[in-house]
Amino acid sequence: MNGLLLAAPPPPPVIPNFGGPPGGPHGCIATNGTFCWDWVTAHWGDILQPHLVEHLELTLIAVGIGFVIAFVSALLAHRRHWFEAPFGAFSALLYTIPSLALFQLLVPFTGLTVLTIEIALVGYTLLILFRNTLAGLRGVPTDVLEAASGMGLTRRQRLTRVELPLALPSIMAGLRIAVVTTISLATVAAYITPLGLGAPIFYGLQTNFTTEFVATGALAVLLAVAADLLLVGVQRLLTPWSRARRPA
Amino acid sequence: MIVGYDSFSPGTFLDAFQFMADNPGLMWDKTLEHLEISAKALAIAIALGLPLGAWLGHLHRGSFLAINGSNILRALPSLAVIAIGLGFFGVDQTNVIFALVVLGFPVILTNTYVAVDGVDPDAVEAARGMGMRRRQILTKVELPLALPLTFAGIRTAAVFIVATATLGGIVGGGGLGDIIVNQSSYFLRGVIAGAIAVTALAFAADFALWGVQRAVTPAPLRRREVHESELGRVVPVAEQ
Repeated sequence: MNGLLLAAPPPPPVIPNFGGPPGGPHGCIATNGTFCWDWVTAHWGDILQPHLVEHLELTLIAVGIGFVIAFVSALLAHRRHWFEAPFGAFSALLYTIPSLALFQLLVPFTGLTVLTIEIALVGYTLLILFRNTLAGLRGVPTDVLEAASGMGLTRRQRLTRVELPLALPSIMAGLRIAVVTTISLATVAAYITPLGLGAPIFYGLQTNFTTEFVATGALAVLLAVAADLLLVGVQRLLTPWSRARRPA
Repeated sequence: MIVGYDSFSPGTFLDAFQFMADNPGLMWDKTLEHLEISAKALAIAIALGLPLGAWLGHLHRGSFLAINGSNILRALPSLAVIAIGLGFFGVDQTNVIFALVVLGFPVILTNTYVAVDGVDPDAVEAARGMGMRRRQILTKVELPLALPLTFAGIRTAAVFIVATATLGGIVGGGGLGDIIVNQSSYFLRGVIAGAIAVTALAFAADFALWGVQRAVTPAPLRRREVHESELGRVVPVAEQ
């Protein structure tokens, strides 16, 4: 994971940012216009696209790890009720810390690294994923559970064949919120180390080059919307039976 | 990038409270600024979301706009919205407030819509039978019955807004974020002090709005309100 993400290209030097296409600064870029399409096409390959890929990596790793932790914890809390309160409180506490502060608090322990970012991002996914998974499992009607037991299903069979499929809409809804939230928080993560789409935003803010932060911001917005729509599609494909129901 | 290496020990948390005690003027000013930005954003979000949600819910129409549309709006990364806003509004509070409205408005819209849309049709029918006009049905029957869920939306939006207003510090928008992004001046104890203040402010906003909710809920509905707000309660969310 580290090797993959740390291989990111170093932040670009100041001057080329204003350069744009060959021939030196001219027009929109030279006057630092609000949105210069020239800059976007000139720097898609060396700035925007690599940071977009990094952003996706940061998000997928965080949600993946967060999901494993939250899912296992939710299963445990489903079977052993006493576990719900401490894990719920722990994840809620993490969730209330402003991200800008949490990233900084972790730096003394894990440094200005991708690990710092991932720990914080994973932390923020736990509450949503834990709650939604547990709510899905708890929402299975008692009648259904009794019918399953009556049919001779073991506890494990009941979980995998009845409870988890019925909890799927709730779990998927949680995943969707988690992904979108993580995409949002990962932009802030660039405050610590220049990874993801936040990096060109912060860099543009520092150098006061408007197009860089406006264009990257727009790209982050597009990424979030695309991810949201994609997950809605996946959710519908996986749970065709819930389509008839009212969206909550 | 701007973050210095400040050492951390459990004692730093105590130092954070010492920081608050040592800098009462700074903490107070930034907290007030934070509150002002958040209050403006929340007021605009309510002014936009509440009437639109209530109207669409009353007509039982536009669920796509009120639910799916606002889900997309909720997905937008606040820092990106601030960055885009900065290009158009320049460096002042406007773009931070704009980003916070984008964050809070959809929550209020969806909740108000779902609340008004879900009011018991029998109650509306009875009101119509009593000779109430559409407007009266909305203001005297639907809105009071929709109050718990509507307020749940407003409270969630308030908590989101207060937590996310911290990001304003990045673009010099003022508020407690100014302390949190300035580790080089205030050190980690200052950062923690700012974070504690933001969290406390978010809880306080939630609690204050709960008080408003109680005050405006008609007495006979209050018992139910307490029950539902327990269910619909969202933990304060430091989305950013």
